[in-house]
Amino acid sequence: MTTVVNVPPSLDDHSFDEVLRQLAAAPDDAKVLLDARHVRWASPFGLTALLTFAQTRAELPALAVPELEETASYWARAGFFRHAEELYELHGNYPKRAAGSDSNVLLEITSVSKSEDVHDVVGRIQQKAQLMLRELNLDAKATVGFAMTLSEICQNIVEHAGRGGWVMVQTYRWTKRLGRRVVVIAVADAGVGFRQSLESAPGKERGDRWDDAAALEDAVIRGVSRFRDPGRGQGLAGVRRYLGRWDGKLSVRSGTARIAIVPNWDDDVPLAEHLPPFPGAQVQVTIPERGSSQQSPPASGRTQR
Amino acid sequence: MNHIDLSSVLRQTVSCDLYSNLVTRPTGAAVRHQIERLLDDASDRTLTVIDFSQVSMIDFSCADEVIAKLLMRHEAADSPREAYFLFRGVTEEHWEAIEAVLERRGLALVLEQADGVQVVGALSAEERRTWETVRQLGRPTTAQLAERLELSTADVQRATEGLRRRRLLMRAGDGYVVVGAHRGG
Repeated sequence: MTTVVNVPPSLDDHSFDEVLRQLAAAPDDAKVLLDARHVRWASPFGLTALLTFAQTRAELPALAVPELEETASYWARAGFFRHAEELYELHGNYPKRAAGSDSNVLLEITSVSKSEDVHDVVGRIQQKAQLMLRELNLDAKATVGFAMTLSEICQNIVEHAGRGGWVMVQTYRWTKRLGRRVVVIAVADAGVGFRQSLESAPGKERGDRWDDAAALEDAVIRGVSRFRDPGRGQGLAGVRRYLGRWDGKLSVRSGTARIAIVPNWDDDVPLAEHLPPFPGAQVQVTIPERGSSQQSPPASGRTQR
Repeated sequence: MNHIDLSSVLRQTVSCDLYSNLVTRPTGAAVRHQIERLLDDASDRTLTVIDFSQVSMIDFSCADEVIAKLLMRHEAADSPREAYFLFRGVTEEHWEAIEAVLERRGLALVLEQADGVQVVGALSAEERRTWETVRQLGRPTTAQLAERLELSTADVQRATEGLRRRRLLMRAGDGYVVVGAHRGG
């Protein structure tokens, strides 16, 4: 029997949990059909998480692609279908080839599994990042930090996940919450996750409370790593400093928890527990346009363009 | 004096001419090992310029592997040689990652800049004052330093030897010079 899961019309880091909730009762080897026909918008997190989801299934899952032409076209330009063809049984019509590039997609979905992939990702983003950050009124100093952030987050996959993952970088106008443009980095893997990674540390002692949330607090807030070397754990600490400077948001989901460094412009909770389980780690970085002079008027919602 | 262009070492290491970014731990470890191989050909007491001029960026992980571990190895009591390092071409773009790893590891290094040399990183106020005084005096003896710093000879010897072990000062005859003193400053 096939379990049918309705993908929310707006797929992002929070609404993806709805996908997982619908699957809670389905065994790992159950046949799953993700019905994305009515999806109108997906964030980089949503797209990379969909690919990651497929990696977690024992049985090849099916995906009904978005019916809205501009959404399917955007997913093609983001490089989604190129990877999804290998991970899903795809149903419906979608562009086989991306029609031109999308200036908002700074880095289309790219697989990351080894150090060379990180070099490639950083090399590809640098020139575009400079132009994009200027458009967001961030000064040139932000460019290097942005590339460093991307590098360190991607390295988490190479160093800790135990299997390959995905990265995507995109800008869009976040009308609903900010009325400003943002640049978003999404990195997702279906690897061992933070808790299991930290548990592999030599001599690791578990406190009374040891779960996915505690592991995330250790790694993201306290810079704890599975390695004894005190030089480890600097990457996420550096990312936090960078985002603090540019009023950015960091959100990390792993297992059943999500931790977020929340700036004033956002109303997310710092720690969400008891979420539907999802293997690996999914990281999202959001950096907003600077200044209020270029705010756009509130709009009713987001559509993929 | 040796000169090591990090971008050249990087290209040899990752086997690709396109990369000018020092990113990832494996890359950093490979670059450091290549630097060590180049040092194997040097004498027991060496001064090596580590040149960042052609490096676009360095991330935290790579800075830890290349810089912190290189300095730690040569500060250690069982260091294979008396190796000193002068860092050239370090810009603001490189500095954030370098500063973070120096702080985290309690390390310091000497930067070559247009107007001379400068010591940066984790130093006590006493260490910094001693280093600066050596730099100002050029090649002071312990007695000259003791007089200038208004400290006992024993205290000055302890401070200068500490800085020498940290590879920030070099012995020169019966005195000391700062690393990179040939550059003036």
